[in-house]
Amino acid sequence: MSGVRVLVGTRKGAFVLAADGKREKWDVSGPHFAGWEMYHVKGSPADPNRLYASQSSGWFGQLIQRSNDGGKTWEAVGNKFVYDGVPGTHQWYDGTPHPWEFKRVWHLEPSLTDPETVYAGVEDAAFFQTRDGGQTWAELSGLRKHGSGPKWQPGAGGMCLHTIILDPSNSKRIYIAISAAGAFRSDDAGESWRPINSGLKSGQIPDPAAEVGHCVHHVAMHKSRPGTLFMQKHWDVMRSDDAGDSWHEVSGNLPTDFGFVIDVHAHEPETIYVVPIKSDSEHYVHEGKLRVYRSRSGGNEWQALTKGLPQENCYVNVLRDAMAVDSLDECGVYFGTTGGQVYASANSGGDWAPIVRDLPAVLSVEVQTLP
Amino acid sequence: MSRVRIELPYHLRTLAQVPGELELQVAGAVTQRSILDALEAKYPVLQGTIRDHITRQRRPFLRFFACAEDWSHQPPDAPLPEEVATGAEPLLIIGAIAGG
Repeated sequence: MSGVRVLVGTRKGAFVLAADGKREKWDVSGPHFAGWEMYHVKGSPADPNRLYASQSSGWFGQLIQRSNDGGKTWEAVGNKFVYDGVPGTHQWYDGTPHPWEFKRVWHLEPSLTDPETVYAGVEDAAFFQTRDGGQTWAELSGLRKHGSGPKWQPGAGGMCLHTIILDPSNSKRIYIAISAAGAFRSDDAGESWRPINSGLKSGQIPDPAAEVGHCVHHVAMHKSRPGTLFMQKHWDVMRSDDAGDSWHEVSGNLPTDFGFVIDVHAHEPETIYVVPIKSDSEHYVHEGKLRVYRSRSGGNEWQALTKGLPQENCYVNVLRDAMAVDSLDECGVYFGTTGGQVYASANSGGDWAPIVRDLPAVLSVEVQTLP
Repeated sequence: MSRVRIELPYHLRTLAQVPGELELQVAGAVTQRSILDALEAKYPVLQGTIRDHITRQRRPFLRFFACAEDWSHQPPDAPLPEEVATGAEPLLIIGAIAGG
């Protein structure tokens, strides 16, 4: 019988939540790497038992863990992330030049076809690749050495490369996003990059047509329409139908268009999900109600999904990598909160129930649909 | 060769899969550098967790103590006390009490 495996990264360890295709009874294992910050855990599409995890700590730095058995056992692999050449500088918060310094891995994106190949998005923003299952990492420095690099500036959470999307129809096309530089696209497998931020409007930037400087929070794509991208920006929900060459706003009737997560239904490429957050000054849900908003029209028209979610006295946040969908016939949607809850819906968001309620703050949620 | 004793902080013991204090054989002068070189050679998983891969600088939130003295700011090639070199006293690698 088919099933799902939900991979949860938290501030104090990783958890693996597993269920059969009904998604009613859950087996919870963890914490793995107890006490460590687990920014991201993700499985290889080419080998579901191959998992990669980013393990970090302010005391002990960065580690990368790998599992060959779906998360039952793990082994530490390479943790040497060295910028290519002389790192140079980017802008600091006050606008002064600041040297590039590696801090942590925010996102691991395994190749769609090779379990040994993984891309890593790191802070300070850069794009790394391993071809040997994580033993060694090399920077694809064309991104960081893009001419705009010295103008990049950290967002409040640091200058992180947090989103990596691989185009399933074109192995050379990769999208990434950086806070607070913006989105970029490579059409040559990561060798060279171009900013794809035309149409983004960020009120605090003096130049409304600035090619970088936009605080992109997350980007999502449906595998059947790799040229269509959906973005949750700092403020504004945006859409592109030309692979990021231009963007237009689809915030529509959302109660607030600030937020972090955005994702696309597994089988309906025009059905998208966001969790509106009150504001950039108050990083919790609007009106004390935890509501997922779904648009079945690719944006603009949004419907609140509330059944099974707390509708009073709720003040959690849902971070940028903390929502995912499964690809069972009835699409499952999952998200984790800074309050430690992981919610699941087995019917495209119609009904929700917590899988777990009391984990450490959730940093990331990924789902594997198992045969 | 000198037989030295090392105490690691909890998370590094877990990472290296050592239950408690560990012992190492160190060639030549017993210094912070020679101990860490031997430690990382025997437990490669600790590479990058105590000192930076490239600069070899001690990570900011870690401290080195020996014989009730803080050696963290001493040069990495300074000889450690005789008690450490003979195994009478351990080198303590301690995580700063900071954060949550």
